[in-house]
Amino acid sequence: MSLIINGAEYELASPPLTSLLNVLREEVGLLSPKAGCQQGGCGTCTVLIDGEPRRACLTPLGAIEGAAITTVEGLGDPRNLSPVQAAFHEHYAAQCGFCTPGMMMAATGLLARRPDATRDDVLEALAGHFCRCTGYVKIVDAVLSAAAGRVDTTRPEPEAEPGEPSVVIPGSPA
Amino acid sequence: MSVAPLAEPEVLVPASEEEAIAAFGDGTGVTVLGGGTILMPELAAGRLKPEKTILLARAGLDEWRDEGGTTRIGAAVSVGALVDAPEPLASAARHVADYEVRSQGTLGGNLCAGPGRGFPRGDLQAPLIALDAYVRSAGAGGERTEPVERFLSTSPGNRLVVQVEFETRDRLGGWAALERPHAHSYTALSVAATISPSGSDLRVACSGAGPYAVRLRSVEQGGLDGDPGEALRDVHLTDDALASAWYRERMLPVLVGRVLSQLKEAG
Repeated sequence: MSLIINGAEYELASPPLTSLLNVLREEVGLLSPKAGCQQGGCGTCTVLIDGEPRRACLTPLGAIEGAAITTVEGLGDPRNLSPVQAAFHEHYAAQCGFCTPGMMMAATGLLARRPDATRDDVLEALAGHFCRCTGYVKIVDAVLSAAAGRVDTTRPEPEAEPGEPSVVIPGSPA
Repeated sequence: MSVAPLAEPEVLVPASEEEAIAAFGDGTGVTVLGGGTILMPELAAGRLKPEKTILLARAGLDEWRDEGGTTRIGAAVSVGALVDAPEPLASAARHVADYEVRSQGTLGGNLCAGPGRGFPRGDLQAPLIALDAYVRSAGAGGERTEPVERFLSTSPGNRLVVQVEFETRDRLGGWAALERPHAHSYTALSVAATISPSGSDLRVACSGAGPYAVRLRSVEQGGLDGDPGEALRDVHLTDDALASAWYRERMLPVLVGRVLSQLKEAG
């Protein structure tokens, strides 16, 4: 089985009924898709499959042979964020961060199919994504900001203060 | 002592309808995975350990054709795509889960969906009965085409749904449901109905009042001005995880009344 993940081709050994979530996290080592409810209910494992947001936990590997997968790791990097990543950063739309990868991928999918998304569109697109920290207001504002192009995606990566450890967490949106 | 290796479960990915039907055979020991929204959590939790699984993703069952006055929708068409279907199927599809889950769940899976752990599923079953839809399925005894209502009453889990079809007629549609507790809950109770523009041939069905959707013939006999409470003659209500029988008994006539009002206003 093969997949194109964030632009790179992978030959995979996982059995065909393995969920894409487990393939990404356990075989490929991409940790941004989170293993939340693992029954399609929380949204945090959402990735793009051929450009469309889908639940990785509900998708068996065998059904998507050859597909192009995009995770948060494929959206941008700390010095060149995607519009959605930059908007989440500017609006402080993450707290614990567990739901953030799914929110970002759903928002990225929404803006791809509806660049002029309205507030109702955003609410509909994020309806299946659960956040237990922020209360959604900042998340919705961030997606609307990205839709309006009101984001700076090229900001330099913040430097650590003197004495502050410089920690980069793989898969972290910030 | 020698230890025999565990047999690898068989997973087939048919490339055509014919291959899918051949792989399904009489259905014995076969698990069919369409969109995965119901089965993948069961697999992840280890509650389902299939010996032979058919993945329908590449079987070409995702075609939707309107031809010769008949709408034919493949079993693997997503629930999300059905938001463009005739009413009341479109309204019911629009209210299933969220964008991503709608995009993965399939018509065939929703039609076959029996009761879950303590609650009914299959939100699209009632609209399909209201549309007088027929199911083409394969399995023991070969292929057959039958009304959705009959299909649901004869072990739909043992059949491979290939296609759903209904006449592309100019009909008015109505749909009403209890609000779901959250995006991913199944509808505790919903009512769907259609009627011809001339006001004849009223068809009414409800989902959530039993393991599978049922047709409300008593309501149909009363017509648009009939007593919505007649619906209770056609159902056997029970308590489950989503709602009590007491609650459903009071809400079913309300929903029937709303749908009949929708049809009257549309006419």
